[in-house]
This record gives sequence, C-alpha cells and structure tokens, in this order.
Amino acid sequence: MKVRLVDIAHARSGDKGDTANVGVIALQARWYEVLKEFVTRNRVAEHFRGMIDGEVDRFELPNLNALNFLLHGALDGGGTLSLKTDAQGKVYSTALLRMVIDVPDAEARRLELPAAK
Amino acid sequence: MKEIVRVAAGQGFWGDDLDAPRRQVEGGQVDYLMLDYLAEVTMSILQKQKERDPALGYARDFVGAMESVLPAVVERGVKVVANAGGVNPPACAAAVKAVAEKNGAKGALRIGVVSGDDLLGRLDQLIAAGHALANMETGEPLSTVRDRVLSANAYLGSEPIVEALGKGANVVITGRSTDTALTMAPLRHEFGWGAESWDQLAAGIVAGHIIECGAQCSGGNCLYDWRSIPDLANVGYPFVEAKRDGTFVVTKHPSTGGRVSVQTVSEQLVYEMGDPHAYITPDVIADFTTIKLAPDGDDRVRVSGIKGKPPTDKLKVSIAYRAGFKAIGTLVYVWPDALEKAQLADKILRERLERLGLRFERILTEFVGASATHGHLAGDQRNAPEVQLRFGVRGPDRAAVERFTREIAPLVLNGPPSVTGFAGGRPKVEEIVAYWPALIDKSVVKTRVDLVQ
Repeated sequence: MKVRLVDIAHARSGDKGDTANVGVIALQARWYEVLKEFVTRNRVAEHFRGMIDGEVDRFELPNLNALNFLLHGALDGGGTLSLKTDAQGKVYSTALLRMVIDVPDAEARRLELPAAK
Repeated sequence: MKEIVRVAAGQGFWGDDLDAPRRQVEGGQVDYLMLDYLAEVTMSILQKQKERDPALGYARDFVGAMESVLPAVVERGVKVVANAGGVNPPACAAAVKAVAEKNGAKGALRIGVVSGDDLLGRLDQLIAAGHALANMETGEPLSTVRDRVLSANAYLGSEPIVEALGKGANVVITGRSTDTALTMAPLRHEFGWGAESWDQLAAGIVAGHIIECGAQCSGGNCLYDWRSIPDLANVGYPFVEAKRDGTFVVTKHPSTGGRVSVQTVSEQLVYEMGDPHAYITPDVIADFTTIKLAPDGDDRVRVSGIKGKPPTDKLKVSIAYRAGFKAIGTLVYVWPDALEKAQLADKILRERLERLGLRFERILTEFVGASATHGHLAGDQRNAPEVQLRFGVRGPDRAAVERFTREIAPLVLNGPPSVTGFAGGRPKVEEIVAYWPALIDKSVVKTRVDLVQ
C-alpha cells in the first residue's frame, strides 16, 4: 500500500552551515517502526537527488519516535553565502514529507496506516 | 535551596518580540529571565557598529528589555541572563546601568560582565602559535581569509555565568556564550551541580535547547496539528521548572496562546540537530537519544532521563569574514504559461550577463511558486497562476554585482510578456559577511567576570 509520509509524520528542519537537518517524527508511536524500516538513508538520498550536493546521514531517536537526517550540501553554501530562498533549510522538512513509501498491505492494515489518496 | 527553579525564555534571537521579556516576568512566577540575542553572524554586525562608535557593539534591544523588566528585577528578585553583550559587554553593562538610574533604580543592579570570548585582537598571535583555526566544514586554515576577518569569538560555557551569579549578580551580560549555557548556568548555580555532574549538566543543556528559540517550542512554527494551535497572536513564551535531579517541566504562563505538548517540544528538540548521541557543548556532551518526554497536564511536558558525558578539550570559535557581494532580483510572470515565461526570462538574462562579460562565483535562478523550495518534488507547475523569477548573483567584484542589478528592470519591456512585480526598484547590493566555524584549545581562552554596581 502506498503511504504518504505527510499522513504519518510531522517534521522540523534547520541548518548548520551548508547542511540542512530534517527531524521526522511519527504522528503515532506505533508508526515509528514504519519510518525506521522504509525511510532509509538511500531512500532519502534518492528523494533529494539533484537538490543536494553531498551525502545523507541518518540517526534514530526511538525515544522521540523520530529520525534525524543530515542533508549535506543542501543550502547553496549556507548562511549568508547562499542565494537560495530557503538559505537556512527551514522548509526541507516539508519537502521530505512529500515522500511516498510502499508498505506491505498486511503491515499497513495491522498499523492502520492511512492510504495515499 | 529552592526545590524548583524557573527559567523563562524572553527572546529567541535579536529581532524577536520586544514585549516578550516583560510578559514573561509579569505573567506568573519566574526566577530567571534568559534572553538570547546572538545568531551566527550577529557578532560581525556588532563589530562593524563598534568600529564606527566604540560605545556600541552590543544588542541595543536589551536595554529596552531591561527597562521593561526592571520592576520585576528590583522588587521581586528576578534575575536576568543574556548574551546581549555582543563584542562590547562593558558598554552594554554601562547602558543598562544608565537606564536603571534613569528609572530611579540607582544601585539596585549588580551586573556581572563576562568577557574573554573575544579573540579578534589575539588572532595573529594564535595563528603564529600554531592554532590553525581551520574551517570545520572545509578544513581550510584561517590564514586563507585572515585579512578579511571581522570578528572572532569563542563560545563560552556555563562557568563564567555561574561565577557571576555566585558573586551576587542579578543581571549577567555575556558576549558569545552558547545559547544553552544561558539556561543551564542558573540551574547549575541554584542546585550546586558540580563540573562532573554530567547527567544534570546535560539536562540543563537540553532545557536550554528547548527554550532557546522562544516560542518555537510553545506552538510557534509547529507543523503538528497547526490549525488547532490557539491564539498565536498572544503566544506564550516557554519556561522550564527544573529540579535538582535534572528533571524539568516545559510550560508557559496561563492565559497565553500557543501550546506546549509532546509534539511541540519534539519538533524543537530535532531543530538544528546533528548527531543526537553527541550534542557537544563546552560543559558536557548531551545524549538526545536518552530524553524522555511525557504529558504532565495542560500545556505541560515533563522531561527526564537525560544522560551526559565529559566534553572535549576544545571550544568552538565563531569567526566572521568579508566574502564578497551579492544581489537578488525578482520579477513575477503570470498565467498563461507563467513558468515558461519565467524560464525564458532567465535564459535571456544569462545571455545578457554573458555578453556584458560579467563573471560571478555563483548564479542561482529559482522559480518561486513552482520549484524554489521543493525542487522537482513539487511536480508539474506549468499551470501555476504566477511564478516569481528570483535571480541571484554572488562574486568578489562589487562593480560586476552592481552592473547586474541594472539588468532586471529592462526585461519588463524587452523580455517575455505578462510580467509585473518590479515596483521595488533595482535590487540592492549586499556585502556578504560569512561564517567560519573553527575549534580552539580550551586552555588558550581565559574568561573573566567583572561586577558593575
């Protein structure tokens, strides 16, 4: 079943130099396992292909039902050097929430995940 | 010893709500008011101001904030900790003293002034002694931009603030200290946490991280269920109620807007997060994967379980340097085919810059309304009602950037049709002051605390 990240998580992002961070937090604690399993480092790197110049790092925060991603080379130099509208990576959070993941039907039903419309 | 110590955030950056400090001390009981004024490049702006006038170089908003909270400080014993000193903490202290006297509170303030963070005058000596101050992102040594450096400040930890409070200060003014130390230091002072009470120190740091951006943990900029967050016009700024064991509650005053919930606090916890296992500060390394959040009634979140470990032997140094010039021009193209028209204008503009022989380090085109922030993820936007062409250039040559700014307006008459939104006139050329993060041995930074009465 196709599931939109925006229907199962919320997020906030910020910057550190030329790196944007995106923290993605499951809307329900039981959905954290879905984030953990399907929102992988490679999947996120693929999602942002062409938008960032560097690698992606991923960290798990089961205590907050959250994942933290570092998107390196995401901010056109970052800070005051950047010419981007989003020079401080404030809305990369919502760009990540555009992701659609494919969860096996049985698991999606067990966790009562909302299906993508 | 107090059982509970309340530290309230009244300012999340320089330019934040001017009335928030007063509302924080009048809305209910707080013991400390914490005001954070310094973003990464603020120091360089202050340095430029100090060069023009040696009595400036600090966050002047703070003087007004102090005036507005003076009754609470004088009559109720609320203490204030702020990094408003910028590159000139003594001048900031003098201005605060003067405003207190003007308001009939002569002698009522004991102002602790923290210095020692400013390394600008010592840079050559430090470089000569083998401190490369290499850029933490690129690895380049500072010598490559040395002649363009405007300011250089080490991020200080909690110790000098604790020292100032220990000497009886009721207002502490620092220069570049870490944002989180402004919250942790009062707790450390009140509870007598030792230099190796790693878990408690880490808890103080996490408390600081949660409230350092003001209302961003109490309903501001919160994506979770954002429509339901009440009365943001009267948003309550956060405060922590901390206990000696390092546990604390995040909350806000009654009858204020916004919300404090596990979700609003979680969003703030992940804001600007790096490796959550190692949030490095001068005092302690906090492990954000140990934080436990639990609801504790309306607009109250209990925070516990935090673990810390010993810090490194380095301090981070925030260096600002001149890095050339930039300008950004915009025009709005309108349906039908808004995006396609903006794309053609971009192509024309690039050709004209090329023909003029203008060279830049960087040219960036964005199509606001179509793809500026979400890129290809935004999908097909060819039917957008309007698209803003946003065209930026950056380079070392001011004249070239200046020349570019004259190329936007002509497009209105000699480029693609259905264009508007040029009333702002020619784009402004801005000098870029860039940020150079580096590390330095703790042992070379000597802090100092003076008491001004």
